[in-house]
Amino acid sequence: MVEKNALLRGRAWVCGDSIDAFKILPQTYWGGAKIGILSEQELGKHAMEGVDPNFYSDMKAGKYLFIVAGRNFGGGGKSIEHPIFALKGAGVKAVIAESASRYFFRNAINNGLLVMICNGITKQVLEGHELELDVTNGAVRNVTTGERLQSAPLPEVALEILGTGGYIFYTKKKLAEKKAYENADGMEKE
Amino acid sequence: MARAMTITEKILAQAAGLQEVVPGQMITAKVGLVYTMDFQGKAVLGHLKAVGATKVFDRNKVVVIFDHNTPAPNVDYANLQTHVRKLAKEFDLPLYDVGRQGIMHQVVAEEGYLVPGIIAVGTDSHALTGGALGAVVLGMGATDAAMAMATGETWLRVPASVRVELRGTLPKGTMSRDIMAYFLGQKGWDGTKAEWAYQAVELTGTTIHNMSMDSRFALCNMASDAGAKNAIVPPDETTKKYVEGRARSQPLFLHSDEDAEYVEKITLDISKMEPQVACPHSPDNVVPLSKIVGTKISVATVSSCSNGRLEDLHVAAQILKGRKVHPEVRMIVSPASQKIYGEALEDGTLSTLLKAGVLIGHSTCGPCNGGQLVVLGDGEVLIGSVPRNMRGRLGSLNSEIYTANPAVVAASAIRGVISDPKEFL
Repeated sequence: MVEKNALLRGRAWVCGDSIDAFKILPQTYWGGAKIGILSEQELGKHAMEGVDPNFYSDMKAGKYLFIVAGRNFGGGGKSIEHPIFALKGAGVKAVIAESASRYFFRNAINNGLLVMICNGITKQVLEGHELELDVTNGAVRNVTTGERLQSAPLPEVALEILGTGGYIFYTKKKLAEKKAYENADGMEKE
Repeated sequence: MARAMTITEKILAQAAGLQEVVPGQMITAKVGLVYTMDFQGKAVLGHLKAVGATKVFDRNKVVVIFDHNTPAPNVDYANLQTHVRKLAKEFDLPLYDVGRQGIMHQVVAEEGYLVPGIIAVGTDSHALTGGALGAVVLGMGATDAAMAMATGETWLRVPASVRVELRGTLPKGTMSRDIMAYFLGQKGWDGTKAEWAYQAVELTGTTIHNMSMDSRFALCNMASDAGAKNAIVPPDETTKKYVEGRARSQPLFLHSDEDAEYVEKITLDISKMEPQVACPHSPDNVVPLSKIVGTKISVATVSSCSNGRLEDLHVAAQILKGRKVHPEVRMIVSPASQKIYGEALEDGTLSTLLKAGVLIGHSTCGPCNGGQLVVLGDGEVLIGSVPRNMRGRLGSLNSEIYTANPAVVAASAIRGVISDPKEFL
């Protein structure tokens, strides 16, 4: 769950442009017919395997909290959600990218992974820099260099979804509210 | 009065119950259709259970169509399909199973689930195909689709629109997909360039007006690979005729206002456009056919959500009639749906293809995702009327995929090298 007013602080793992779905999680782990079994723990072990073989162990050692990425992070035209689960399973708290693919952005928010779009982030952040991210207003401070950047604030609905832990929890809440409202409405009529 | 709007904006405003919307605005909108398939179906219907739903928002507006790897080629997949069948039954959903299957983007249109003026959500990136009917059709992931099934709503950002006006008549041998392949080459595949990413691509002009529905589906299909959010053809008489007698819900025929705002306006005369070929290993690695003729191929395919429709089979049959597939080429045709298969069987198209030495496969995404019917080994080179050609997509990392229109595929199958179809037409 990402608290609405959270201030996240940690170090950045940095990658370049075009880190697509295939690179975030190699296709062998998409599970073919076993799709639907989305184990964060299992998939997390293989996150970024093709880009940095030490990614998972570094994440588990607490070396990084953020991914800082270039353009079109999560591209490749895939609507699958496995790469999101892999990143979450590895312990990534937020992705801050120059741009992200539409599928990746939606799927990430829907599954409780924070994605911020921030122009110029790759020019201001080097591997291992410490960052502070204000989830609500999108402000990014590079604690190591003192630089400040501004990412596009997330829409209210995205913050709400993240705040409940994901779209399923969000919808559950909405459906329950609707049911309670309808029940109350019914009682009045009686 | 509401601001001047594009067709995409009007459909979104209508679905959100708003007078008007502006690009960038976040909305919660009603969906008129949610559809999924075998591959993603397990996750989608699993999420639907997870949210505690016991039924979908409207069982006339949710459908499951098996296409990705159908019939099941192995035990894992057979088990997956059994599971999806069980869940579809539990939620009382229409299921297009083996025998009624087809590529879902085609089936939702031909079975009348997809109608003009609605927002539709499909769990596959080539969902954009359906925009040809004048609807906003979006590809989304499993969680999105499941929540839309449960609530009948989804969250969206209103995209900016691009207007493409096409003029002229396509030359012999050039087909609608070539236009979008040309734009893919210009605008970039879902990569760092992807100038059309997140945008609505509206396709208009006399060329489109004179196009069949089959051609319009093929045109919109490949806008997916240009990274667009949706592609849309404003409805006209051809659209109305297609929808008549099929529509399962009320269509809404909307059009862009003349003074609507676009981030980009393109006018293109296509009367001299050559067929376009995407070379390995990216859909935007596009060259005009003349630059690549003579390249040796060993497999030729006509299939898929981009070009496996009746019109495509007709073009292939016209070229192959009375001729033979080259002895060192294997040609495989997979109609996009059982319905198209039946039509091609009855009008003699399949018989023509069979006599030419073509293998007629069933309807499945297999020839484009490598799941079945077409698997490439080391060193093999394929030309196919499919949308994508990334390295290893159809098997070996040491194989190569060229994508082209069905006329080019058929001509190449005869010659054994990439060939211009003009001499056969």
